[in-house]
Amino acid sequence: MTEKLSLQYWIAQAEEKNTTFANYCIQNQVEALELPAQEILERMESMLAVMREAVQIGLQGVRSVGGLVGGDARKLDEYLKSKPEKVIGGTSLSKAITMALAVGEANASMGRIVAAPTAGASGVLPSVLFTIAESHHLTERELAKGLVVAGAIGMVIASRASLSGAAGGCQAECGSAAAMAAGAAVDLCSGTPSQVGEAVAMVLKNMLGLVCDPVAGLVEVPCVKRNAGAAAQAIVAAEMALAGIKSAIPVDEVIDAMGTVGGSLPKNLRETALGGLAATPTGRAWAKKLFGHIEE
Amino acid sequence: MIGPSSSHTAGAVRLGNVALSILGEPVQEASIGLHGSFAQTYQGHGSDLALVAGLLGWSTDDARIPSSFDHAREAGLTVTFHKENLGELAHPNTVRFRLKGRQGVASVITGSSIGGGRVLVTEVDDFPLEFTGDFATLLVMHHDRPGAITLVTGILSSQGINIAQMRVSRKQKGALALMVLETDQPVGDGTIRAISSLPQVEAVRRIQAM
Repeated sequence: MTEKLSLQYWIAQAEEKNTTFANYCIQNQVEALELPAQEILERMESMLAVMREAVQIGLQGVRSVGGLVGGDARKLDEYLKSKPEKVIGGTSLSKAITMALAVGEANASMGRIVAAPTAGASGVLPSVLFTIAESHHLTERELAKGLVVAGAIGMVIASRASLSGAAGGCQAECGSAAAMAAGAAVDLCSGTPSQVGEAVAMVLKNMLGLVCDPVAGLVEVPCVKRNAGAAAQAIVAAEMALAGIKSAIPVDEVIDAMGTVGGSLPKNLRETALGGLAATPTGRAWAKKLFGHIEE
Repeated sequence: MIGPSSSHTAGAVRLGNVALSILGEPVQEASIGLHGSFAQTYQGHGSDLALVAGLLGWSTDDARIPSSFDHAREAGLTVTFHKENLGELAHPNTVRFRLKGRQGVASVITGSSIGGGRVLVTEVDDFPLEFTGDFATLLVMHHDRPGAITLVTGILSSQGINIAQMRVSRKQKGALALMVLETDQPVGDGTIRAISSLPQVEAVRRIQAM
């Protein structure tokens, strides 16, 4: 149905044109959507505004629909503010994981979020973007360009593999979100188009095989904390790529491998709430308590 | 969008939206079959609320989604849900709608939520097909006779409407056939009437681009 896109092809084109990956992707979208760049970037800015609101909702300490999560972003935020000397991961990492938890909790409470690429993984991209915006003093327009890069990466993954936990496991959701965030981060930190590709490849490799096993079928446990983990993975990969480290496997091949691994995952581990953490005694007890039955 | 899941909440709203536009009139009765992951986890993700919201014509960021059942009751829409096994080949997030409209139009629509809120309709009234709703889409039920396709595409081109993708399927030679036309421009009411009045055409359904 849809044609397979190639991140490697786009990267090569951007390198050849001697432009940033963001500018190349924006030009692509200008042609595809027949819209001026200005309008596309304004749309992205309105998404950034929703993302910021979602962070704020989560930081206030919401309660999820199922009651399994909530209040952890606030807990981490208070801890970091009251005991900054205790931070072990550095300020940027701590801020990123706080915001990732916040958006994940906002989502679990049926709040308004931006799917990036999915709702379950919606905390990863904003947390990484807003963290870098603060540390690297980026404008809203620059962040909007980062979102276009993230979107381009998501499009390639959707065409070659999957963005759905039900089809490809959590690697397709939090993995793809981390790939989008890592690539955007590299571009925002003045990395080359090739480095964007290396970051995407490395983060997907590090998250390959991650299963989707939501307790009671809710986007709560383990989803919210996995957003924090994926944000950290994105920062790890972006840091390596910016230093010039390369992935031994080219990015399109890594995406294809992610698709193949997703297809090989048993159904139990693809968002059916029948395996993994959902099938633990505690997970099953939650399902029984919330919905009065245990899925067989 | 409203959380918690793009595939199980936003995608479900969109599937409901597409099913509603295929039916072409307000829904009175809906029997909804849930397959795979949808069947296992629909309560946790609010997929049931979202599907009903979609059938009511709401968008994915409508804050009323959590209370869609109450609105459906007020609108006189009866909905039942059941688990339905659509086979190993069906995407894990697949729904089959059996809809009856207020004026008596009936339609069976199968579609999948393929991730990130995107959907793929795979069957309408026993015709296998594939379209995403990303484009303005026309479904033209017609008699399998020479010239039917030329007449329909002729009307579209005279209105300056460009076809992005097109697919024709039929049940058997000379019987009822279905054209799926995805267009770059929206198709107006006048154009729909012109196509509907062609002697070869049985019915036309329009899906607005999402």
